[in-house]
Amino acid sequence: MSNKSDQPNMDRRKMIGGAIAATGAMTIAPGVILHAASVSDEASAGADAKHRWGMLIDSKKCADGCSACVDACNTEHGLEGHGRPATDAVWIRPVKLKDKQTGRENRLVMMCQHCEHPPCVDVCPTNASFKRVDGIVLVDRHRCIGCRYCMMACPYKARSFIHEALTEQSVNAPRGKGCVESCTLCVHRVDDGVMQTACQEACTNEGHDAILFGDLNDPNSEISKTLKSTNSVQIRADLELNTGVRYLNL
Amino acid sequence: MSKMYYRELYCGTPARYWSGLALLGVIIAIGLGAAYYMEHNGHWVTGMSNQIVWGLPHVFAIFLIVAASGALNVASIGSVFGGPLYKPLGRYSGLLAIGLLAGGLMVLVLDLGRPDRLIVAMTEYNFKSIFAWNVILYTGFFVIVGLYLWTMIDRSVNKYNRTVGFAAFFWRIALTTGTGSIFGFLVAREAYDAAIMAPMFVIMSFSYGLAFFIITLIAAYIWGDRELGDFRLTKLKNLLGVFVGAVFYFTLAYNLTNLYITQHHGIERFILLDGGVYTQMFWIGQIFIGSIIPLFLIYSPAFEKSRWAIAAASVAVLIGGFFQIYVIVIGGQAYPMNLFPGKEVVESGFYDGQVMSYVPTLPEAALGVAGIAVALTMVAVGARVFKVFPETLED
Repeated sequence: MSNKSDQPNMDRRKMIGGAIAATGAMTIAPGVILHAASVSDEASAGADAKHRWGMLIDSKKCADGCSACVDACNTEHGLEGHGRPATDAVWIRPVKLKDKQTGRENRLVMMCQHCEHPPCVDVCPTNASFKRVDGIVLVDRHRCIGCRYCMMACPYKARSFIHEALTEQSVNAPRGKGCVESCTLCVHRVDDGVMQTACQEACTNEGHDAILFGDLNDPNSEISKTLKSTNSVQIRADLELNTGVRYLNL
Repeated sequence: MSKMYYRELYCGTPARYWSGLALLGVIIAIGLGAAYYMEHNGHWVTGMSNQIVWGLPHVFAIFLIVAASGALNVASIGSVFGGPLYKPLGRYSGLLAIGLLAGGLMVLVLDLGRPDRLIVAMTEYNFKSIFAWNVILYTGFFVIVGLYLWTMIDRSVNKYNRTVGFAAFFWRIALTTGTGSIFGFLVAREAYDAAIMAPMFVIMSFSYGLAFFIITLIAAYIWGDRELGDFRLTKLKNLLGVFVGAVFYFTLAYNLTNLYITQHHGIERFILLDGGVYTQMFWIGQIFIGSIIPLFLIYSPAFEKSRWAIAAASVAVLIGGFFQIYVIVIGGQAYPMNLFPGKEVVESGFYDGQVMSYVPTLPEAALGVAGIAVALTMVAVGARVFKVFPETLED
C-alpha cells in the first residue's frame, strides 16, 4: 500500500464496486431463473380438498409389547436402523404412560398429528414443510435445506432428520441425507386410492384394530361416526392445532 | 476537537501480520475440513440427534450473529445519537459488525443438512417463518452496514451518514429481534415461547458486541503501536457495565416469570437446580463469569484505570455470553417436552420424557471456532486495506 495520501483512489473504488455488483448478480441470477421455472402448486396436485384424512388411535386396544405398526411403517417406507437409536429415523413410536395421580396405564402410538395449523409449516423458511389441501402434512425433499427448525417447532417430536447417506430406498418414500421427514399418512397409498395406511393394516392383521384411518370430512366414514359417538381427545389440545390424529380412551 | 486522520493499520513487521493471517487461514481451513467431514458422513458423526437438533455450531453462530449487531452500536452512538467520543470509532464498529456476521453465517450455513441448497433459502420465502425473515435481515445488514461504512469513509457521500446511520440502527434492532424470535416463537417448548426472548437478545447483543469491540480495539492499538486514550476507554467500559447489568436484569425477569408459572417449574428446576452441566453453565458460566466478575472488574475502584481489567472484563462477558446461549439453545432442547401433562412416560420408542444428553464433537467445535477466525480475518484484512482506525485515539 504505497499510496499514503488522504485522497481516495478512485480506480480501486470502482474496481471494488464492480466486483461487488458482479458477485451479487452471479449469486442471485441462477436462483431467479430457477424460481421462475418452478411450479409452486405442484405439491398438492392430486389431493382433493373435499377430504381431510386423519386417524383415530384407540389406546385401550394398543397391545403391550406389540410393534406391528412400527415394523410395517419401517418396511413400507424403507426406514432402516443403523444401530444408532438417537439418530435413526422414527416415523411412528409406541409410548406407554402412567397417570401420576391414579396410576392408570395407557399405551398409544405417536406420529405426525397432521395438524390443521401445523407449527412446522409456519416456521419452515423455504416452504418445504407444507400441508396438502386434503390435510396431509409433508416435506418437499427438493426444497428442504435441513435447517431443522420444524423439529424445534413440532410439539409432538414427530420429525426425524436423516443423519447419514441412504441406500436401498423404497419407491413409496423418496428420502435423502440432510433432510427432515415424518409420517406421510401413507400418502402414496391415498393417492393410489388405497384407503388404509400400512400401520392400520398391520394392526388389523394382528387383530388389535387400534388404528382407524379415514376421511374426517365425510360424515359417513367409520372414523367420523366413531369420533361423533365417542369422547376422543387431541394430544396437547391446548395448542389449538386441530390435529388430524385423535385418541380414544387416553 | 482536532481533525481526525485515519490510516491503514500496520501491525509491526510484515512477517508478523502475514503469519497472523496464515494462522487464521489454518483455523478456517480446519473448520471447512470439519464441515466437509460432517456433511460427507451425515450428522450422525456429530453430537446432534433427533432430540438435540441444534448443537454447538448453532451456539457459535447465534453468538456471533448476536454480537455482530451489537458491535455496530458504537457507530450508532457516534452518528445517530451524536456522541463525539464514539464517532472516530464508527468505521471500525461497522467493519467488526460485518466480520462477525459473516463468521456466524458461515457456521450456520455449513451446519445445514443441505448447505448446497442455500440458493433455495434465498429464492423461496415463507413469510410466516422468522427464519425466512432472518435471511433477508442478515443479507440486508451487509448491504446497509456496507453503505454506512461508505458514508463514513468517503467524504463525497458523508452528508448521508446520519440517514444511513438511522437505517442501520433500526435494521440492527430488527435483526436481533428476529434472532431472539427464533426461540420466542416456539410454542411447544417450555424454555422458549416467551416474547421476552426478543428484547433479551437485543440487550445481549449490546453486551457481547461491545465486549468484542473493546477487546479487539485494545489489541489493534497495541499491535499497531498507536495511542489509545484512557478517557475514551473508560467511557466504553462504563457502557459495558450498563449492558452487563441489563442482561442480568432480563435474565432475572425471564426466570422469575417462569418460576411463577407452575407449568414451567420443571424447566426452571432443570436450569437452576438439577440440570447437571446446564445448571453449572448457568451459575458458573453465565452468572459468575459473565455477570459478577465483569461487574466487579468494571466498577471496583481498584481497577479504575486498569486496561488489563477492562480487557479481562470483556473476555469474561464473552465467555459468559457463550454459556448463556449454550444454556438457551442446548439446555432448552435437553429438557423433555411435556406431551402428556399429568402423566409419566413409562416407556417410549423415541426418548419421550427423558432428559437428553448432548456431547459436542471436535468437528462441531472446529467449525464454530472457524467462524470466529473468519470474523477476525475480515477485520484484519479490512483494517489493513481501508482507512478504518484513527491514527491516534489519545484523549
